[in-house]
Parts: sequence; C-alpha cells; structure tokens
Amino acid sequence: MKVRFLVNGEKKTFEVKPDEYLLDTLRNNNYKSVRRGCETSSCGICTVLMDGMPVASCSLLTAKAEGRHITTVEGIQEDAELLAGFFGREGADQCGYCNPSIALACYAMKRELKDPTDEEIKAYLVGNLCRCSGYSGQHRAIRAYLEVK
Amino acid sequence: MKYVNKGIPSVDGRGLMMGKPAYTDDLAEQGSLVVKVLRSPHPFARIKSIVTDKALNLEGVECVLTHKDFERIPITRAGQGYPEPSPHDKFVLDDYVRHVGDEVAAVAAVDTETALAALDLIEVDYEILEPVLDFEKAFGNKIVIHPEPEIHEMFPIGFDPANNVAASYMMNVGEIEKTLQECDVVVESSFYTQAQAHAMMEPHAVNARIDYMGRLVLYSSTQTPFHVRRIISQALKYPLSKIRVIKPRVGGGFGGKQCVHGELLVSAITLRTGRPAKMAYTRKEVFESTFSRHPMRINIRLGASKEGILKGIDVDVLSDTGAYGEHALTVFMVTGSKVFPLYNKVESIRFGGRVVYTNHTPSGAFRGYGAIQGNFALESAIDILCEKLGADPVEFRLRNMIREGETSPIFEIMGEGTEGTAMVMETCKLDYCIKRGMELIGWKDKYPGSKTGGGKARGVGMAIAMQGSGIPYIDMGAAMIKLNDDGFFNLLVGATEIGQGSDTILVQIAAESLGVEPEKIIVYSSDSDLTPFDAGAYASSTTYVSGNAVKKAADGMSRMIIEEGARILGTAIEDTVFDGVSIISGDRSITLRDLSNKLFYNENQRQLVSAESYVGTKSPPPFMAGFAEVEVDTGTGKVEVLDYAAVVDCGTTINPNLARGQVEGALVQGIGMTLFEDVVYSKTGSLMSNSMMNYRIPTRREINGMHVEFAESYETSGPFGAKSVGEIGIDTPPAAITNAIYNAVGVRVRSLPATPEKVLMGMLGKAVKENGHG
Ligand code: FES
Ligand code: FES
Repeated sequence: MKVRFLVNGEKKTFEVKPDEYLLDTLRNNNYKSVRRGCETSSCGICTVLMDGMPVASCSLLTAKAEGRHITTVEGIQEDAELLAGFFGREGADQCGYCNPSIALACYAMKRELKDPTDEEIKAYLVGNLCRCSGYSGQHRAIRAYLEVK
Repeated sequence: MKYVNKGIPSVDGRGLMMGKPAYTDDLAEQGSLVVKVLRSPHPFARIKSIVTDKALNLEGVECVLTHKDFERIPITRAGQGYPEPSPHDKFVLDDYVRHVGDEVAAVAAVDTETALAALDLIEVDYEILEPVLDFEKAFGNKIVIHPEPEIHEMFPIGFDPANNVAASYMMNVGEIEKTLQECDVVVESSFYTQAQAHAMMEPHAVNARIDYMGRLVLYSSTQTPFHVRRIISQALKYPLSKIRVIKPRVGGGFGGKQCVHGELLVSAITLRTGRPAKMAYTRKEVFESTFSRHPMRINIRLGASKEGILKGIDVDVLSDTGAYGEHALTVFMVTGSKVFPLYNKVESIRFGGRVVYTNHTPSGAFRGYGAIQGNFALESAIDILCEKLGADPVEFRLRNMIREGETSPIFEIMGEGTEGTAMVMETCKLDYCIKRGMELIGWKDKYPGSKTGGGKARGVGMAIAMQGSGIPYIDMGAAMIKLNDDGFFNLLVGATEIGQGSDTILVQIAAESLGVEPEKIIVYSSDSDLTPFDAGAYASSTTYVSGNAVKKAADGMSRMIIEEGARILGTAIEDTVFDGVSIISGDRSITLRDLSNKLFYNENQRQLVSAESYVGTKSPPPFMAGFAEVEVDTGTGKVEVLDYAAVVDCGTTINPNLARGQVEGALVQGIGMTLFEDVVYSKTGSLMSNSMMNYRIPTRREINGMHVEFAESYETSGPFGAKSVGEIGIDTPPAAITNAIYNAVGVRVRSLPATPEKVLMGMLGKAVKENGHG
C-alpha cells in the first residue's frame, strides 16, 4: 500500500506492507538515525516526533503516519547540535546510540513543558533509556539545553 | 598539562547526536541477505534429524546452514588472547543444543520476512534430554552437558567435562585452618550473586561482503576486532590474510561484545553465497543467545584477632558458566585476585572452587567481572565480622587495608588463567578515598542509620574496591602516528572505542605528547587492515595499555619532527625543540606546517610515521571507596538509594568529564544489579527475562544524588600518570548498599538482587525472632 506523509518537512510517498512499522520504513529508506533497541516498545531508542510529539516508531504502523509530520533528528539538526555541545561539556557522551532519540525527546519537551522541575524532566524522559551514562551527566546537559531560550 | 586532565568534549559526540550513520547496521550493504537463526526451544537436546529442503525451496531463500555444513572444529568464542584460557567447547553449529536460544540452523534470504518464513519450514527432530538447571547440582551430575570427544583446553585450566566442570582452581597462602583456629573471632557466610544482562542499547550486529579484491570484509559490533578475525579464521578454516574486520561505532558493550556473536554464521553465508549478508540480533536474541554475568555462590570465612586485625580469608566459589565455558576460569580468578589484595596483611588465604556447566545461556565477560561478585562477598563479610568484633567498619578497613608502597602475594600468584605478576602499589589513595567519601555522604552524622518516621528507615553503608589496568605480559596495544602535509596527524590505533571515550582520550594523550592541539589529530581505530593490533576493549586496558602505546608513538613522532627540523635549520638536534607549532633552535625556526610541506614536496621527501607497541609489565589497580545512603520502606521492603558517593583513585584522569561518566554509568549498572536486575529462568529452563519489559534496567527516575570525585594520584608507569577507570565503578554498590540496608533495618541480604520481598521477609523474620525471644 502507499502511504504519504511528511518527513522533516519533505513530502514523501512510501510503498509499504500493511503490517509494516514506521521504524522499518524509515530505516529501509535510508533514515539511518532512527535505530532499534528492542521489540517491546520499552527503550525509546526508536523515538521520532509525530506532529511534534515523541512516539516509538518501532510500534507505530507506518499506515498510521498517513498525512502526519514525522521528524527524525535530521529535521532538528540545530537543536541536536546545541544539545551535543552541552553533552560534550558535561562528558555525557558515551556510546551515543541513545543520543538522537534523546535529542528528539528533549526538543519536544522544550516546547511542551515550561520551566520543568528535575522530577518533571525525569518523568518526561523516563521511557528513553540509556545504559551507558548513568543519566547524571545527561541530566546536567539537558537542564542547560532547556535554559537556552 | 595542556590537553590531558582536561574535560574536552568527545571527538565524536556531535556527529552521533546529529544522527550520522555510524553503527554496524547503518553500514550494511544495500541489498544484503538477511540472516536469521533457528534457535533451540529446549534447554538440552540432540538433533536427531534436520531437513531443510522446504526452507531452501522457498522463493527468496539463498542459503540454509546446519551442523552438517561445518567441519567439527571446537573453538571458544571468548575473544581473549592466544592461547585462549577458555575451553574449546563450541562448534559453529552442533548436533547438540545446550540452552534455550542455542543455534540450530541459519537462513539467509532476500528479506526478513522470507528468512523468518524459512525458519518455520526447517524440520527438526529433537531427542529432548534432561537438562541441568541448578548450578549447585551440576558437578558430577549423571547428565553430562559436553560429552563430545573433540573439546579440549589449550593449557591446564582444570577442565573436566565428564563432571560438568569447565574450569577449576585452588591456591593457598599460609595455613588457613591453623590461622582461623588461632583467631578470636571467625565468621562464616554464603553469598549468592545472580546473572546480570548487559542490556547495551545497540543489539549485537554484524554484516559481511566480499570486496573487489576477493577479501571477506566485516563490520561488527565488537569489543575485540582482532580476536574476532582470528576466531573466524580458526572456525571456518579461512586464511587470516583474507579477512578484514572493521569495528565501526559500537552502541555499548560492557563485556557483552567481547565474545564472538553472529560473525561466524554471517561470514560462512557470505563465503558460501558470495553475497553480502547482515544480521542484527533481536533483543530477545541478545538476552537468550549472547552472554550474561556468571552467577556465583561464594562461601567465605574470615578470622580476626580481638584487637581487630584481619588474619585469614577462606573462600570457596562455585560459578555457573552456563552452556559454554567462555571466560569460565578468568572470571573465577578475578573473584579472588581483584579483591584479596585489598587486605594484604592477612596471614593466610585459601581460594578455590569450580566453574560448572549448566543448560542456561552462557556466561561471559561483564564489566567488573569476578570482582563485583568477590567484592560483594568479602565486603559484606567484613561488615559482619566488624559487628561481631564490635569494631567500627571504617576504622577496621583503614587498619587492615593495603597502602601505598605495599604489596600482596596475590599479585604474583593469581593472574587471569595463569600466574600473575608481582607488583608494589606505587599509587594507592584508598585512605583519602575513604575519608573524602565519608564527608560526601555525611557518614559521621548518619552512621549507622535512623528511623525517619512514616514507615521509613535510613542507613549508610560502604565498601572499598580495586581493579587492574590491563593484563600484563599478555595483552598488547599498538599505535601509529603519521604526519601529513599542512602539519596535521593521523592517529591509528587498534584500541576499541565502544562508547567509553577511547578515541577521545587517546587523542588527548597524543596531543599532550606532541604539544599540538587535539584538533590536529585525526583518530581512526580498530580496523584489522588499517590500524595496528590491539587486544581490545576489555580488562580495563585501554587508558593504560593502549594509552601507553599512543604516548610512545607520539614521543617518537616528536623526535622525528625535531630531527627533520634540525636538519632543515642546520642546527644540532640537542639544541632543537618542538613547541607544538614550530621547530625552534636559538633564533632559527620553522613551523611544523612548512616543515611537513617541505617533507612532502620539496626536500628530503619522506613520510614520517611512528609506530609503537606497549604491553604492561604490571597492572596497577585503581582503587575506590563507595558509600551508599539508602531509605527502606519498612512496610514493603522497598529500597531507594538516596545518595551514592564514590571517590576513585585512577591516577591522572585523562579526561575528567569522561572519567566521571565512566564511574557514574558503572555505579548505576551496579545499583541495578544490587536492587533489581535479574536474569530469571522458568523451572523448565527457558529465559523469562528475555525482553526489556521483563528485564528492567535503571531509568532516570531511580537515580538520585550521586557524587563522584577523584583522588590526586599519579602512577608513573601510566600515560601521564593514568591508571584505568572503566570497570572500578561497578564493584562497590552490592556490598555498600546491602551494608546500608543492614544498618537501616538490620536485615543482611546475602543473595542478590536485594528485592523488596527479600528485605521484607528479612524484617518479618527478625521481628518473629525478637518477639519469640521475648
Ligand atoms: S526500539 Fe525500543 S522502544 Fe522502539
Ligand atoms: S550513551 Fe550508550 S545508551 Fe546512552
């Protein structure tokens, strides 16, 4: 079947199977920044934004994206670079496998929550796992990113 | 120092955050065959027959491999130096399957769907065998997990497969029975540690192709590209010279990618079909069909004089290696060798035991291997002993622990599989680490604990720990630096960046030696064709071993630059210096940029390359003290870690920010293992915790206060004074947290994880006992 939606602002048409998930559609079409960490919607690695809200692309049928705006980290390069600067300063970079998903979630959070508390930040990102950093460095970096107006 | 001991941003963080293709699966060839593996549903079975015709006939299926397609060559997947200290007890495919998830057959097809459909069409007739699932019943069991005649050890490791023993060991210092008899106080206890899953975020992945030169080229998510190349060659009898293994960016390893995973099957398929092939493990496969931490039972006896002097340590370990013996002996050894030297003044030590096979997912390397298990037992037992002695646990440790300038006989006796290496502690700031940790956690006010009302109790607990820095006389790292025109450098290293920051800190070391800005050094790592050798990212070796190789290579490059500069300036080498920008002698000078351009195009043309290797002659331990403050819900038994203070002596931190990240990340993995992470099997041997839903790792929410600091310390044998920092952080949480739980509610958790049920049962048991006694 054909599905049409916007990826990072560009109109795209994809030929997909009815039971195909967005993660596979994107990866098969060379959006390699979207990656898999699990099969059970538990890790957040595959996060993309749909109409600005973080969703797990591994469990979203591509057909459901019809007519929507899908954003991958390629669509928020400026913010990703900004956040990368703070990660670098805090030594929060490790394997980086979770980083694009965290950039997307933080980008959405910045638009959704006004002056969030530490607890609100943790709650917003609770589904975005990282096995390397121990989270503390990321948290410091994310705070700094949120403060940039 | 200009570039070392500076928290510069990692060299690759920006590109990774921005989503550049970098990981193994991003780099698979378009149109690669998709490889899927048929895995055993049984913990133990013999394949009576396997018929693949229907699968092969399915349109889109290119290749199906079963055990019949492989010569029987026993190997180990462990990914260690050679000769390997792990038993050769695995075949690429075998007619026995020994755990749920073990490999039965592999299919390569044009897409995932076809490959999965083909798996369903393979007809296997199993003779289902009774498995061994309880590691305490494995030794001498009538069921023999490895009856095959070809398997063997490469040198004596106590391998005894007829009794389900993958490795065994025994050693003595002094006369333990006599020592313990003379002690005023002896305590005895059994501790159990569970299997832990690495749960690195990138599942294992590999892809292969035959390049235009007819060579087999792999990208693999591995910690040991050079060992992988060697093992492929051994297992498939394919010339080493025709294999190239490239390690691209790796999404976390923690030891879980030290062992070989899908490389053998994917290589076999590409060699057979001539077509590019790829495999990405599902998360279920990562849990079931890779490796986890060795579960152990540790029986320990400690004896002390009533004056509070520790006299004897007696430890018997039973370790569960699962279906195959990867790292069986080496992990076992570390359980003793990386904890006993902490208390180097004892008269006697006895250490021994067995590593047994069971029909569970194999155990393998995992950050802090052996040390975390041994540390939990020893540092818990020390607190038990202190209580019986009426001694303060901090004072006791300060009195009995190893100090700078001292040694322990253990260093010489115990290595990783063979004998060890004698060494004196040139740096050991444990006393500072303890004192500073006490301040950070507020020990004086909080020890031992308090009731906080509302059904909560708080307690503090602590533990000390040590690791090593590489495997001396065995594991080598090498580096090459070449000067380019315009005056920048390529740094080529075998060292394996897996997210720990290896590329960045090696650039810092090279920059410091050369005196040039880090931006002038382009690092490329772990490509078996293009970079020099390195054993790989394990055993806390990168900073110390690979770092020393880089330092030597950079020093060599500085000398070459000075020589060439002096020649062009017409000055004496002794009077000429290189300041990172120019080569200077008196009032004459030439910039590196001009010099390199001349060397390339104009005068005495030559390529400057400096290549060096390093193999340790000792393995200086980093040390740390860990302090936990916990709050226990006395109604539910739930434990929350309120604060964790870690003070680490890892010598100079090459990059303090990344070093802190190493410790913080390791602490959180240790906290996860202490409180809830658990690899759980059903009674019939299938893995229950085979998804991220059923195997929970810490989220942001569980992490509260965390204070990581470093002691001032300079290890002269290390590059710019550095020791290792990758593993040490994981060792203390089990003992420090369970000691804190004890100090909060009087419950001694002897079996990890310290779940609410165990703590609650402990509190109930205590209440019954107290009431029962009136
Ligand atoms: S891949 Fe884990 S939530 Fe989507
Ligand atoms: S940095 Fe490795 S998973 Fe987050």
